[in-house]
Amino acid sequence: MTGKPLESVVESLLFISEVPLTIDRLCAILEEHERRDVQGAVERLREVYAREGRGIYLAEVAGGYQFRSRPENADYIRRLARGKTFRFSRSALETLAMIAYRQPITRTEVEYLRGVDSGGVLKTLLEKKMIRILGKKDIPGKPLIYGTTREFLEVFNLPDLASLPTLRDIHELAEQYADVEQAELPLEGPADEIGTE
Amino acid sequence: MRHQPGECHLQATDVQERLFADSQQSAYTVRIESFEGPLDLLLYLIKKNEVDICNIPIASVTRQYLEYIELLKELNLDIAGDFLVMASTLVQIKSRMLLPPVAGEDEDEPEEEDPRAELVRRLLEYQRYKDAAERLAECEMLGRELFARKFISPEIADLKTDDAVPEVELFDLIQAFRSLLAKVPEDTFHEVGAEGLTIADRINEILDLLRGKESMIFERLFIAPLTREYIIVTFLAILELCKLKMVKLLQANSFGVIWIVPTLLESDISEEELLDRQAP
Repeated sequence: MTGKPLESVVESLLFISEVPLTIDRLCAILEEHERRDVQGAVERLREVYAREGRGIYLAEVAGGYQFRSRPENADYIRRLARGKTFRFSRSALETLAMIAYRQPITRTEVEYLRGVDSGGVLKTLLEKKMIRILGKKDIPGKPLIYGTTREFLEVFNLPDLASLPTLRDIHELAEQYADVEQAELPLEGPADEIGTE
Repeated sequence: MRHQPGECHLQATDVQERLFADSQQSAYTVRIESFEGPLDLLLYLIKKNEVDICNIPIASVTRQYLEYIELLKELNLDIAGDFLVMASTLVQIKSRMLLPPVAGEDEDEPEEEDPRAELVRRLLEYQRYKDAAERLAECEMLGRELFARKFISPEIADLKTDDAVPEVELFDLIQAFRSLLAKVPEDTFHEVGAEGLTIADRINEILDLLRGKESMIFERLFIAPLTREYIIVTFLAILELCKLKMVKLLQANSFGVIWIVPTLLESDISEEELLDRQAP
């Protein structure tokens, strides 16, 4: 293999792999090469695919790298996949968001946040491998705690959990509330007059 | 802010639209997804009335909330218990607000918190995640905008793993049962007396056999010596386990081998099994 340009080898490996390849994994495979050379090869490949505007690009995802088709071409690929659209229900997304940002989190905590029974959604997310059971929480009842999976990062095209969109406080609403928290909430607001009648 | 006559109808169409959008899903999901939950409905009402989330007019919001629940009932939708819990919370908050603040009696609580404060906190928190969920949905998603080699969307993967091996048809199960019965030697003498084999015992034995295994061939559950009683009790035990959704019976092709697969219930997974399962 020595003598072959490293870039070409890395390209082949990335092309063949079904899961994102991490630099660690690549280095383990390419043990005769220096880590920084491998890293450099990956970087150059990323540039090449980005520059030439090919149908695929090298995505940095779930801690590794993977060739993916360009989003602009999604419609055509869907034709190939016979129009099978892929979507999460709102409740699944909501639950997933809570788990992603708050992990490790128990079912009770999810249900308190959502205000609804979430057993079914959790089961679906577990089945779809978007979340996994991390263990049990050391509190009475030893409830299971959940976290997101590598597949979650893969599906949402995220390099790592730190790349999740930052959780926004609901701007003015949150600000208002922060003020009120220090002061005292008015017990009877004027807006309530209709109701009190 | 007062309830308009036309409003009810408008909401009804709204609900119906949502219903049809979700019609391919189970009835259970429809019920939940008409609104994601009581908090979602409350946020909607707050937004619609353009009121300050920190100063919710509890009475009018409660009234609209209850109207919505009525509407769900008219549409023959079961109301999830969670919606009713919130309804009673709202009524409780309202009644607490009507009471004059108790001054001085509670030593430790110099000033009572607004009865709505807890609800406001929950609503704000919920709204954060609702927003986060929307932004997650905006991500370029594998299987939607992006595709990778050999990537199978979770939906399709589901079909491959679960549904590729369909659950056994009743006929095939009866067939298997009959062929087992046929194996019982004809000429055994019938022993009269209490055999003492109960379905409950067999259920436990079967669960023991299945423990730690991914699947087992159905026939393996019938261990010699085969007697009619043994087969019947075992068969009934398996049916009972299916009913309890503790096992699944799968069969790759008609007349093929029947597999019995334990379904793991969340509460039943022991810690070690968990760690095993989660190990990458």
